[in-house]
Amino acid sequence: MAGSGRAAGLTGDAASLSGSAPRDFRSAARNHPGGGSWTPWLYLAPALVVLGGLLLYPIYQLGLISFFRYTQAQVSGGEPTSFEGFGNYAELFGDSQFWQVLLATVLFAAACVGATLAVGCALAVLLTRVRAVPRLALMLAALGAWATPAVTGSTVWLFLFDPDFGPVNRLLGLGDHSWTYGRYSAFLLVLLEVVWCSFPFVMVTVYAGIRAVPAEVLEAAALDGASQWRIWRSVLAPMLRPILTVVTIQSVIWDFKVFTQIYVMTNGGGIAGQNLVLNVYAYQKAFASSQYGLGSAIGVVMLLILLAVTLGYLRSLRRQGEEL
Amino acid sequence: MSLVNLVRGFPRRPGRAMAEATALVVAAVVAFPLYWMVLSAFKPAGEIQSDEPRPWTLTPSLDSFRRVFGQQEFGRYFLNSLVVACSVVIVSALIAFLAATAVTRFRFRFRTTLLIMFLVAQTVPVEALTIPLFFLMRDFGQLNTLGSLILPHIAFSLPFAIWMLRGFVKAVPEALEEAAYIDGASRARFLWQILFPLVFPGLVATSVFSFISAWNDFLFAKSFIISDTSQSTLPMALLVFYKPDEPDWGGVMAASTVMTIPVLIFFVLVQRRLVSGLGGAVKE
Repeated sequence: MAGSGRAAGLTGDAASLSGSAPRDFRSAARNHPGGGSWTPWLYLAPALVVLGGLLLYPIYQLGLISFFRYTQAQVSGGEPTSFEGFGNYAELFGDSQFWQVLLATVLFAAACVGATLAVGCALAVLLTRVRAVPRLALMLAALGAWATPAVTGSTVWLFLFDPDFGPVNRLLGLGDHSWTYGRYSAFLLVLLEVVWCSFPFVMVTVYAGIRAVPAEVLEAAALDGASQWRIWRSVLAPMLRPILTVVTIQSVIWDFKVFTQIYVMTNGGGIAGQNLVLNVYAYQKAFASSQYGLGSAIGVVMLLILLAVTLGYLRSLRRQGEEL
Repeated sequence: MSLVNLVRGFPRRPGRAMAEATALVVAAVVAFPLYWMVLSAFKPAGEIQSDEPRPWTLTPSLDSFRRVFGQQEFGRYFLNSLVVACSVVIVSALIAFLAATAVTRFRFRFRTTLLIMFLVAQTVPVEALTIPLFFLMRDFGQLNTLGSLILPHIAFSLPFAIWMLRGFVKAVPEALEEAAYIDGASRARFLWQILFPLVFPGLVATSVFSFISAWNDFLFAKSFIISDTSQSTLPMALLVFYKPDEPDWGGVMAASTVMTIPVLIFFVLVQRRLVSGLGGAVKE
């Protein structure tokens, strides 16, 4: 009995090595589309519920509110909400301030992205050329800037550039020059803060990417007498293109949506709204002047612009033949 | 290799000295705002309000910190912020882990569509959704509760977390999964006792981002916590000291220091995993 049992066990083992049983195991492991096809959906369920309820539904609501007249009177229930069609959009597009803010947002975001990428990439290359101690110093400083919350970063930079008590004006001998008074100098100050707290992400990511490039490639280029700039342009940048695309797109998304820095540093959009960007503009319209419908319309415009950018990014990914 | 280094190293020595000097200078410039923040937090009031700001202080004082902690319920705000950030980190990490497993370990219909949607979801301007979220929270009676801060941040940190975790889940060899099933492990057992520990470093790297976004938030706190200040969070407490006309710089810097330190600690703890994690996420 025992012998036959063992034999059965052996044949069973043999079968599992070559017969039909292993296919079952393997397909179970590979999660065949047939039987267990509900399993991935089970795993996805919590994420989909949360995203559906707190992201998708609010987006739908945002779109809906943007078609209504929705002010304090409607919120408190004093007046019924009335459908306005594209009324809010018409009001928005007819307002010259909106176009000013839109232009400022695009230019400001472009400047931030450009500066962040330039600083981040340059420092990433620099990191590969120095020994451990300077590298650690730069890495730690960058992590510190990265970790600084946007609110504290904003107040600290304001203090550094304070006309009365800040060290920067003393150092540059600018007297009591106010940085937040002029439109462009205020934008410049915010830009400096934004670059300060967002270049570390680019630097660390690109540095990780450069480290993955085979050393021989770089050595060959250096032996051929290529300058540092030439190596970056002709060797590194093409090899790092997927990474550069990712950090660029993330920077565009983040910088286009800048809120806290503008809100805190220019005190809600600057003198007479000279430093407004779309995000702060929408917030001011909605919560400061209770025009929720108009604020939502601005939100929808922002969403559409960012959506266009993302779709462009996806197309470029596909053109590079990358699989998701 | 060593020969190449030798050949390359010699003519480059002056270049490297320059590079290292630049790196140190840049590090000093980048660290300066943080240094100034901590320094100013310890300066006595007279030195802060001085026309000749000096980069050191000979008489450090805790006055500013006393003012900050003496502020009504500052400890409570700190605790609130911690509760919000930690809840967001833990819940979104668990949900993202499950979702990332689903999209990397299974082939099913709409998989690519879902992935694209997770990417697109990252572009949604959170601030623009403050308006509908406000109404949503009001309808569910969540206004003035920490839940109104936790729930949206879970949703907003999920897409990026899922996107980043994919690389980590993918890196676990499939043979391991097969072996586990052959040894008779159930799906749940494989998921939590084998896959979860292996992906944990990735979860830590990812959670940095959710921690920061939740810890930093001041827009939701400003918009959803309107009447019950006992539910307020740190950024709001900080802005109490910051009055645009005559800010109490000492208080602002002390509060900023208190607010920055937990994030710094968190960063230093996960620093290694963060760097390798980002590398893994982009390499793929």
